[in-house]
Amino acid sequence: MSVPHHIQANFREVVPALKAKEAIDEANRCLYCYDAPCIKACPTSIDIPSFIKKIASGNLLGSARTIMDANPVGASCARVCPTEELCEGACVLNHASGSRAIMIGLLQRHATDWAIESKASLFSKGEDTGKRVAIVGAGPAGLSAARELARLGHQVTVFEAKEKAGGLNTYGIVSFRLPQSISLWEAEQIESLGVEFRTNTQVGVDIAPAELLANYDSVLLATGMGYVPSLQIEGEELEGVLDAIALVEETKTKPLTDTMMGKKVVVIGAGNTAIDAATCSKRLGAEQVQILYRRTEQEMTCYEFEYEFAKQDGVEFRWLVAPVRILGENGRVTGLELMRMQLGEPDEKGRKRPVSIPDSQFVIEVDAVVKAIGQTRYLELIESFGMEHKNGIVTIEDGTYRTSNPKVFAAGDVIFGGGKTDAMVVDAANHGKRAAAAIHQALNDYTLQV
Amino acid sequence: MADLSINLAGIQSPNPFWLASAPPTNSGYQVQRAFEAGWGGAVWKTLGEPIINVTSRFAGLHYGGQRVVGFNNIELITDKPLEVNLREMDETKKRFPKHTLIASLMVEHKQEAWHEIVKKVEAIGVDGLELNFGCPHGMAERGMGSAVGQHPDLIRQQVEWVKEVAQTPVIVKLTPNITDIRFTARAAAQGGADAISMINTINSLMGVDLDKWLPIPHVDGKGAHGGYCGPAVKPIALNMVAECARDPLVGIPISGIGGISNWRDTVEFLLMGATGVQVCTAAMHHGFRIVEDMIDGLNNYLDQRGIASVVDIVGKAVPTYSDWGHLNLNYKVVARINDDTCIHCNKCHIACEDTSHQCIDRVLDSETGKEMLVVLEEDCVGCNLCSIVCPVEGTIEMVEIPNDQPPLSWNERQAALAAGGNNANTDASV
Repeated sequence: MSVPHHIQANFREVVPALKAKEAIDEANRCLYCYDAPCIKACPTSIDIPSFIKKIASGNLLGSARTIMDANPVGASCARVCPTEELCEGACVLNHASGSRAIMIGLLQRHATDWAIESKASLFSKGEDTGKRVAIVGAGPAGLSAARELARLGHQVTVFEAKEKAGGLNTYGIVSFRLPQSISLWEAEQIESLGVEFRTNTQVGVDIAPAELLANYDSVLLATGMGYVPSLQIEGEELEGVLDAIALVEETKTKPLTDTMMGKKVVVIGAGNTAIDAATCSKRLGAEQVQILYRRTEQEMTCYEFEYEFAKQDGVEFRWLVAPVRILGENGRVTGLELMRMQLGEPDEKGRKRPVSIPDSQFVIEVDAVVKAIGQTRYLELIESFGMEHKNGIVTIEDGTYRTSNPKVFAAGDVIFGGGKTDAMVVDAANHGKRAAAAIHQALNDYTLQV
Repeated sequence: MADLSINLAGIQSPNPFWLASAPPTNSGYQVQRAFEAGWGGAVWKTLGEPIINVTSRFAGLHYGGQRVVGFNNIELITDKPLEVNLREMDETKKRFPKHTLIASLMVEHKQEAWHEIVKKVEAIGVDGLELNFGCPHGMAERGMGSAVGQHPDLIRQQVEWVKEVAQTPVIVKLTPNITDIRFTARAAAQGGADAISMINTINSLMGVDLDKWLPIPHVDGKGAHGGYCGPAVKPIALNMVAECARDPLVGIPISGIGGISNWRDTVEFLLMGATGVQVCTAAMHHGFRIVEDMIDGLNNYLDQRGIASVVDIVGKAVPTYSDWGHLNLNYKVVARINDDTCIHCNKCHIACEDTSHQCIDRVLDSETGKEMLVVLEEDCVGCNLCSIVCPVEGTIEMVEIPNDQPPLSWNERQAALAAGGNNANTDASV
């Protein structure tokens, strides 16, 4: 059975680009504030009024350069940033005496789309310093650091376990929000600065950490996080129990299949990955998709717009339930036993703790269980570099991104220790940029000492 | 990166972007901030006998949701003693030796007065002088500014006085409040000016308060005409620059001023003969930082065309600017409406029907049942009105209709008629 056409269509980018006139009209609506709050709200401090002014003046090359200069993954961020919580949320036009926020994300996409289509060359590599830097991981943090270091003239080699660069942007964000071509373009831009990408190369397996430490002047660990951890319940080995990250990855790397058609799917967890897995399942043709969460709507960690998007895709939400046991027949998932929960005292983060209600178990019929309860950390790798860490979160020196191993720096999810929501792509990009500056500084200091 | 440096009548500047003599160049603090932001030069707020200003000085024209499409002011020249200005100019030039610093001057119609001030400002090392013969309010009532700029003889005389002592290039800033600016531009050239700058502001009354029945702006219940500037005056300024650029009797470099807000406006002025530009209103609206996109946009424009230096575009469009009598009467364009992008607002139809030549019909397409806008090309006079009112850029194109008639201008036609007319194509209707 071939995959119905509508399923292919379901994975095309959902949000339409601004039309040319729309972009000009919107750009002209920007007030071009001085010391604008949108800039401060952007983790990478993109000069937003400036790139918008350049759209208005017809200087799209300058506009794209302004964006990508501040954020090496600015084309991806134009699509995945929670803009209403960042730049657009800070727009002065939200004020009661204003009108409505400028569509900054879409304008950013307009300018970067132009750069992609026009094949514009935005940056060039710096004069060779003779220094060599190894970057482990080609995700947003690694790419961002690689770009900055290459512009500063260092020879950069990026080691990436997967076939392609881009990390989360290439493999982990659903195509209908971020097509793979966008993050691959960002990687190409960086490759064109002379950065070497060694893909399909897993550090710790294909190449020893010691080798990197011996052969490079500096190492940046930007491995991000891994797949979803185990639920620690019975039945997890059954066919039909899926990893949310692997599920999304499959839709981005393999031809779409009809295996979800007509199925009843549950997703465990309510973060942004859970939403991605749920909407993905729905768009793959699942008949019913339910997100199961042991707390309530208020405690969910996904963004508001993600929640709205999921609801519009027909995803159902079931609060205050926790999985107890996955049921199966002939090695396949057939059902899920749940327990009802209630909210108790707040935990250390201030979120109310879910407490199970005794004897409240019940069983629902399901064909697939997708787990989306967080991501594992690459403990072994971190330890093989001999770095200090807390539960897999690498410890860094304040402000320098330097780990306990002075030759090794870390950026991105490996140093992100939690917060209200998942770490954002734009945060990782900022880490990468700043870590690159710290590495550059360290390499210079070293040269001066010698 | 293209070379953006210019040389205006011997005055070097790192880029063609100067701040015009106006409120933004009132002090060393401001001009130094501007240089830090990237401006290549600044013409200091006009020096002269310090004046007393009124409060309530500016007004903005907002149109259709866009703020400051026009701007006017009744502020006079500097209100600070000359010594204070000179000290700040000296300090500014010392901090920014490579930036261009021009002194704008305005004194009464006396040879000694001009000699004295020229010597004083040149002593601190300015790169050039700009004689303010353009300010249309207040100072004009005292016989200076545009009161001089409206009389070729006075211009010539005062430029001569200045040139008697000036060591640096002299730019004459002209008023647009005159019938034909070429006459005053020629007078400046005859007096020995090294360059001219234009336009100063245009006489204007910005509005009337509907509730108080007072002029805008007013000073304690009374208003007076101010000088108009900003994006709305750009076409007037551009024409004056182009007219002077193509006039062999003017023949000296031009510094373009008038509504220039971005790099695109700048390119237009340069193509029409300005060697550099001066900006005021856009900086007053947004701050000095606007120069960043002006430099970046101009540089990208030149790079994308493989043009090595900005001076290579100066005057390149001047030969295309001419008199009406030289335009080809046999050239024909007609409107073509692209139905794929047309959004059916019918504005082209009603504009043509009511106010032009009744040649855009609304026709029902029998196949699709949809209404279409169809141009009657034989009736279309190619006036452009429909394409101007069309809200969708590119939907109405003015397309050339080739014909087998040789080019014929009005002047050629009249000359041919006068000579007997047998060889000329006289079909072009009168």
